[in-house]
Amino acid sequence: MLELRNISYSVENNNKTIDIIKNVNLKIEDRFVAITGPNGGGKSTLAKIIAGIIKPTEGKIFFEGQDITDLSITDRAKMGISYAFQQPVRFKGLTVKDLINLAAGRELNVHEVCEYLSQVGLCAKDYVTREVNDSLSGGELKRIEIAMIIARGKKLSVFDEPEAGIDLWSFNNLIQVFEALHEMAHGSIIIISHQERILKIADKIVVLADGELVAQGSGEEIFPQLQNGNNVCWRISK
Amino acid sequence: MDKIERNLLEQIAGLHEIPSGAYNIRSNSQSFARNVTANINIVTKEDKPGIDVYIKAGTKRESVHIPVIISQSGLEEIVYNDFYIGEDADVLIVAGCGIHNGGDARSSHDGIHAFHLAKGAKVKYVEKHYGSGDGKGERVMNPTTEVYIDKDGYMEMETVQIKGVDSTKRVTKAVLGDNATLVVSEKLMTHGTQYAETEFDVALNGENSSTHVVSRSVAKEKSHQLFLSKVSGNNKCSGHTECDAIIMDEASVQAIPEITANSIDASLIHEAAIGKIAGEQIIKLMTLGLTEKEAEEQIINGFLK
Repeated sequence: MLELRNISYSVENNNKTIDIIKNVNLKIEDRFVAITGPNGGGKSTLAKIIAGIIKPTEGKIFFEGQDITDLSITDRAKMGISYAFQQPVRFKGLTVKDLINLAAGRELNVHEVCEYLSQVGLCAKDYVTREVNDSLSGGELKRIEIAMIIARGKKLSVFDEPEAGIDLWSFNNLIQVFEALHEMAHGSIIIISHQERILKIADKIVVLADGELVAQGSGEEIFPQLQNGNNVCWRISK
Repeated sequence: MDKIERNLLEQIAGLHEIPSGAYNIRSNSQSFARNVTANINIVTKEDKPGIDVYIKAGTKRESVHIPVIISQSGLEEIVYNDFYIGEDADVLIVAGCGIHNGGDARSSHDGIHAFHLAKGAKVKYVEKHYGSGDGKGERVMNPTTEVYIDKDGYMEMETVQIKGVDSTKRVTKAVLGDNATLVVSEKLMTHGTQYAETEFDVALNGENSSTHVVSRSVAKEKSHQLFLSKVSGNNKCSGHTECDAIIMDEASVQAIPEITANSIDASLIHEAAIGKIAGEQIIKLMTLGLTEKEAEEQIINGFLK
């Protein structure tokens, strides 16, 4: 499905080179893959590299066997890569329905839009015609962002900390959303998260710290390290 | 009416056919068609070009359409239209101007509209401007709107100019009495070398009067826009003006706010923002499979919707 080969990303700052991602090799074939690790470890950067928003300074990316390293965001989206932003974007004038339509790639009827919104726990009739502007809270935006990914229903969906800001909505629902998405698209779902309950449903956990892939494996293998590790200065949140 | 004129009429008034209710259609400086109703009378001015529209007190849910179309190249006109809206009336007034200039001479329409709202009157006023034709002649529209709102009156004004007008200078002046409200929403898009100037001047004279002026615009290519918004609070009142502009290519936009409080109980706010389309908005839409250009179009269409 997705393969990152020797991916590195560095930036220049005050004539100093800062390495954000260091030679990451990763194969993703599983249903649910969780990427976790301390803040500033490079998780979001890696997600943006997959979506094509950031071009890696070194390495190659393959999707469904094809080298997509030089493909644009648009081309990758068309091939079947979806990316839910950690901080969703606001649009003056565009409504929730407009965005869901763009995500689905066609004009949906109100009933269909409602279906997607209710999956993320939003009372659809209150939201369909709402503008995606400052009047929406961070949590509402986050759910609309997830609804867009469901509406796309593509092979690979990357969620950057989907649980942030939606604490009133139970994690069970979020997990159901991922399961339903997998049922529909038969693809892979990558979730960047610190949440134990999300990590627990993952078929594979990838730990990224200081730009390096420090561990990967099944939940049983990785979980004890995360909970008991004594040389990491962070903990997953319960 | 020929095909060009019918298209202009559809663009500015959303009309496919002759409207219901009261109307006056002006075509190439002639009154083309007119209809009056039991409550709404339209009278041709005798001293200058234009009409007087009288709406009886208590008239509810009626509409007046007064579209203007110009398809003759080189035609220049100034038209004075006055509206007298009776007490407690509640009406929709739709004006608009469409110029099709297929020739090389300048065509222009300067509409001077004055609205006199009696106590408790309520008006929704919609005005659309549209230009077409591939002649070299300029299409020019300079609308002046004067609004006088008496006690408890309410006026909502919606103006749209999206396409084809080379030069426009819009002036809106309003004087508000006690408890009177004026809400203005302006949508503007300029391209090519077009020039658009908008000036709002609202005097909040009455106690508890209020105004809310929102202008959204997009300036593309080498076009230039200038916004002037003046609000003076002369009593216990509230005023809010907002200019929000997206700038693209080599366009330029200038926003000059002026708020004056002459009363300690006046509460006035001005907001102005000019900027290019946020990069992350384009990126978000690209992750949904749109190209950069398609993303830009969606963002602009939404912004001006």
